[in-house]
Amino acid sequence: MTLFGTRIPPAYSLLIWIGLWEIAGHLEVAFILPPFSAVVMELFELVQRTGFQVAAWETMQAFIIGMAIAITGGIMIGFVMGMYPLANSVLGMWVNVFASAPLSSLVPVIMLLFGLGQTTIIVIVVLFSIWIIALDTYAGVKHISPSLFEMGRSFGANRRQMLIKILFWAALPEILAGVRLGLIRAVKGIVIGQLLVSVVAFGRMFRTFSDNFQFEEFWALTLILFVFALGFSSAIGWLEQKVEYYAGTRT
Amino acid sequence: MMAQATALKAAPGDPATDPAPIIEVRNITKFYGEDVHALDSINLDFPVGQMTTLLGPSGCGKTTLLKIIAGLLEPSSGEVFVKGKPVTGPGPERAFVFQDFALLPWATVVRNVAFGLELTGVPKAQREDKARHYIAEVGLSGFENKFPHELSGGMRQRVGLARALAVNADVLLMDEPFSAVDEQTRRKFQEDLLYLLSVEKKTVIFVTHSIEEAVYVSDQIVILSPRPGRIHSKIRPEISRTATPDEIRRDKAYLDTVEEIWTNLRKYLD
Repeated sequence: MTLFGTRIPPAYSLLIWIGLWEIAGHLEVAFILPPFSAVVMELFELVQRTGFQVAAWETMQAFIIGMAIAITGGIMIGFVMGMYPLANSVLGMWVNVFASAPLSSLVPVIMLLFGLGQTTIIVIVVLFSIWIIALDTYAGVKHISPSLFEMGRSFGANRRQMLIKILFWAALPEILAGVRLGLIRAVKGIVIGQLLVSVVAFGRMFRTFSDNFQFEEFWALTLILFVFALGFSSAIGWLEQKVEYYAGTRT
Repeated sequence: MMAQATALKAAPGDPATDPAPIIEVRNITKFYGEDVHALDSINLDFPVGQMTTLLGPSGCGKTTLLKIIAGLLEPSSGEVFVKGKPVTGPGPERAFVFQDFALLPWATVVRNVAFGLELTGVPKAQREDKARHYIAEVGLSGFENKFPHELSGGMRQRVGLARALAVNADVLLMDEPFSAVDEQTRRKFQEDLLYLLSVEKKTVIFVTHSIEEAVYVSDQIVILSPRPGRIHSKIRPEISRTATPDEIRRDKAYLDTVEEIWTNLRKYLD
């Protein structure tokens, strides 16, 4: 961004928005928007409450278990689709449908099936993220140069070595891109799931805060979730950069 | 002492002068699908310790033949024998050098060169020692810990060659190894290759579409006709291997052989 001919680093533009928020808060433009400073103060208080910590721990657990399942499953589905045309013609359509469908509409059904507890949240995380991981893995496998297959075969690689020492690494840049997108979708899934269920973890807190017009708390919680999603996505982005050097040079 | 090139008929080589064949190709025919007839009843012997070039216009099936010998492709009919045993797939007595190098972009030069040994379970220290030896031999000392994207095309193919040498196969199968390399690098590489092979004593099957390259590096040149690929003729350039590269490139026998092959091949262009 440039302002009056001077280049302004992106971080500063964030500061400007925060400044605007602060001013708008003090001017009491809208009752749902307290000043930013009040939200930050509330944030520090919020993270110390047991209620929050329990909610965060439960959410984190569900998130990690769900992502582990989604990553393993997604990579496996992607590889099977990439290696066997038959599997692709059977699974391909469904994976594509699920990857682009508005899955939020399925959340109530999942609740009916799995109850109102952790299992539902885990299923939601898996359901929101697995398809994009599978699709990106598939794209990665399709991207692998045929001569790498031939190289592996001619130097005597068995199936396991071919998969672990060659194909997985060759598809890794696309797999990581899929995992990053999957993570972001999973965070969305968690929030939607918990809101709809609204009796577990963050969902209950969101509901309580908005019902009681506690907007400092509401925004503080929102900020935490944003930072959380951004943090995860940048961590994967960092990993992606580490393999970037060969993503473009694969022949 | 540089005699004229002698053209041989498309029949097994003269047993009086040829060493025993290490690879025998018998009646190889290859169809792709129903209509593409790539190779038609190929019979060829590859004498041990010699460099044989498969030369021909594009689409004559020379790479197909090389990959059938490598065990990477199955022939529609016919058989290939390596040291008397029929080929059913790739094997440790044959090592392949790829046109596009086929290096692991996420692995260092050392790991790439040692990769064939890694797959057969040679312990790390041992295989890396061996890799370092061949890295030095192909002239890449000092680049052991570089990644392929940090190397030029010519250097990458040197890594591909070192990888093939490191598994200590009897036969090197080279699929247009210099086609993705610029001309100056290519000439230097050809010279180095000839020197290396005189040290390593390998049998080499070399695919190229460059007539000069074929005449310069080969003991035996097999000219294939366009699709369906058949053996057009076999030529032995009788060029002294003791001469310097520059002498060879100005030698009359060398130039005459190039001319003779060109006369044979040009009729396929019409």
